[in-house]
Amino acid sequence: MNNQKKKLSIIAFSGDFDKLVAVFTLASGAAAVNYEVNLFFTFWGFNAIKLKQNRSFIGKGILARVFNFLMGGLKNVPLSRLNFFGISPKLMTYLMKKRNVAPLDKLIEYSIDLGVKFYACEMSMVILGIRKEDLIPEVKEVLGVAKFLEYSEGGQVLFI
Amino acid sequence: MNKIYSLDITKEHCPITFVKTKLMLEKLEKGDILEILLTEGEPLDNVPKTLTEQGHKVLEIKNIDKNIFKIVVEKAGN
Repeated sequence: MNNQKKKLSIIAFSGDFDKLVAVFTLASGAAAVNYEVNLFFTFWGFNAIKLKQNRSFIGKGILARVFNFLMGGLKNVPLSRLNFFGISPKLMTYLMKKRNVAPLDKLIEYSIDLGVKFYACEMSMVILGIRKEDLIPEVKEVLGVAKFLEYSEGGQVLFI
Repeated sequence: MNKIYSLDITKEHCPITFVKTKLMLEKLEKGDILEILLTEGEPLDNVPKTLTEQGHKVLEIKNIDKNIFKIVVEKAGN
């Protein structure tokens, strides 16, 4: 066996439903074929790793709290096109289940089970006023560019 | 004693076909046997290949019904 483990690192910037499906499909699939997988969540991508999955006033300061409320969480991530005020992601989830394709929450669960590593961007957290306690416990570390480069070195990198 | 397990992924699609296979194999002991039912096309092309890449031993691939195949795999040590 090849003892140099293959590696995939994804910068999850977009918090759109469809793009998060892409992130977690790649993450779980790659982890299942023995890749080391690193997910770096930044800005809108925080939608996927907030502990509170519904709209909630989290963060430090009034502006941050309002912004986080509007931004929402995993339960109300929008479709990048044809969102129709949030109806489309629900329809899409219904279709995925009906056609036996794993829905977003399942893909995230599988990614966690397969040991995909979650990291959060420090700068975004400062802007959004989010603390580590506001994120799901699977987030291993809060980091910046230097650490990201170190962890992703020698593997493939995607920006979604 | 080595045990025999089975897994049906005929209704699954990429990437859950090999996600479920990997999660199932993680629960098994070295030398245990896993029988996987899958469909031809993407699953049949990729699941046995990735199992071999991960060091497991694919003992048998058999066409058991129209487009359904059975793969017998022996789990390798970690």
